[in-house]
Amino acid sequence: MFEYLSEMFSYTFLRYALIVGVLVSLCAALLGVLLVLRRFSMIGDGLSHVGFGALSVAYALSAAPMAVAVPVVIVAAFLLLGLSESKKIKGDSAIAVVSSSALAIGVVANALAGGSATDLNGYLFGSILALEKSDVILSVILSLVVIALFVLFKNRIFAVTFDAPFAKSAGVHVRFYNMLLALLIAITVVVGMQIVGSMLISSLIIFPALAAMQIAESFRGVILLSAILSVVSFLVGLLCSLTLPAGAMIVLCNLAMLLICTVIGKCIRRG
Amino acid sequence: MTDLITCNHITVHNERTLALRDVSFTVRKGEFLTIVGENGAGKSTLVKVILGIHTPEEGSVELDRSVIGKIGYLPQQSSAQRDFPASVYEVVLSGNIGATGIFPFYSRAQKARAKGNMELLGITALAKKSYRALSGGQQQRVLLARALCAADAVLLLDEPTAGLDPLVTKELYATVHHLCKEHGMTIVMVSHDIAAAMKYSDRILHLATSVRFLGTPAEYEKTPLGASFGSEENENV
Repeated sequence: MFEYLSEMFSYTFLRYALIVGVLVSLCAALLGVLLVLRRFSMIGDGLSHVGFGALSVAYALSAAPMAVAVPVVIVAAFLLLGLSESKKIKGDSAIAVVSSSALAIGVVANALAGGSATDLNGYLFGSILALEKSDVILSVILSLVVIALFVLFKNRIFAVTFDAPFAKSAGVHVRFYNMLLALLIAITVVVGMQIVGSMLISSLIIFPALAAMQIAESFRGVILLSAILSVVSFLVGLLCSLTLPAGAMIVLCNLAMLLICTVIGKCIRRG
Repeated sequence: MTDLITCNHITVHNERTLALRDVSFTVRKGEFLTIVGENGAGKSTLVKVILGIHTPEEGSVELDRSVIGKIGYLPQQSSAQRDFPASVYEVVLSGNIGATGIFPFYSRAQKARAKGNMELLGITALAKKSYRALSGGQQQRVLLARALCAADAVLLLDEPTAGLDPLVTKELYATVHHLCKEHGMTIVMVSHDIAAAMKYSDRILHLATSVRFLGTPAEYEKTPLGASFGSEENENV
């Protein structure tokens, strides 16, 4: 086992995969708790499709993928979170419109550029072993910001998540926190897309939070447990993947965690 | 008597429909004021205007210097909140959020205040319990304790008894009345429960986009408005 691990670490691409994977899993889990609790789960899903569209267009125009995808997804995140808050348009249908349109644009752009199904496959299901140094740097910065935010603004984040009207009445800038959440979620989605792909990234955001909510009884407990479950699922999924697709294996590990936690939660409540 | 909150000619539109038209009234120190009215009469909007969450298109809200930043608010519960995984202590403590300023953590005094309010409302034993495991009445007590952490002078309650059974409703009214008369808290409550409003409030404000009535329960009963609204409500019960 040890030999297997040390051999893995001797490859640069595997080291990158591990660093980026652990950090992004951590961020996705932390931010995911906030999205799930505020009933914004589908935003992660919508954003991943927008990310796919942006990457395909960037590829078709032979532009740098990240330079196109990051700003486009950030704008989409602001839009979707704003739409979910307004009562004029139903948030869930708005997300459906945005995400399928983005997916369609991506597929057409890919066809126009003469791309093959293999290129599409990489965007849709991830290519964890093709990460670059810039991804490592971006994920390190992202996770530092997210962790610092959770440590320093834990109380404010709780107040806004639990009851936005009350927080507003107490003078907390709810809109600012929503914007910040949208920004961080957008970056997490784009970086995470490269690991598990745009089809599967929303599971990285939602599964650990849901699993933790089955067991933990306090907000602090949910946050900590979600982070731990996410990182463990990533590591187990990656190590078990061998010849199988890593992204899908990670998602399956997350699913297993969710099922185990649901059973444990049921037992605790009954006992 | 000091006027703590003064609303001057407030007009608000909610997405093109008129929610409040030319609403003027004052809230006096130490009183129990109940705002009644039908659904869509602008009651919740008025509460949000007083709190500064909504800015009125016309008119203004003047707060006495003693109450600025010291109004406790008990909003209507959302469905997402009812099964939120948070401990009771976490929820009550978050009532201090407005007083933390730029400091990221709660001070010892704020923690003591949260514990004091839990004691006052008889929920100390629930401190470590999960909010979602509580009954509706217990949840409202937790939210009331949280509101008290933010309130030094005024409590604004938006339909606190919605969805509670009659016995628990009565208990909650008694608690709020106690806070008003024994602890000097000024109460502004939005309510559908006209019988309880008549029993506990000092004054009643009947709202139907504009102010239709403002005065004591005894006066309200004599008006055709109070008589008809009261009997309708009772039939529904």
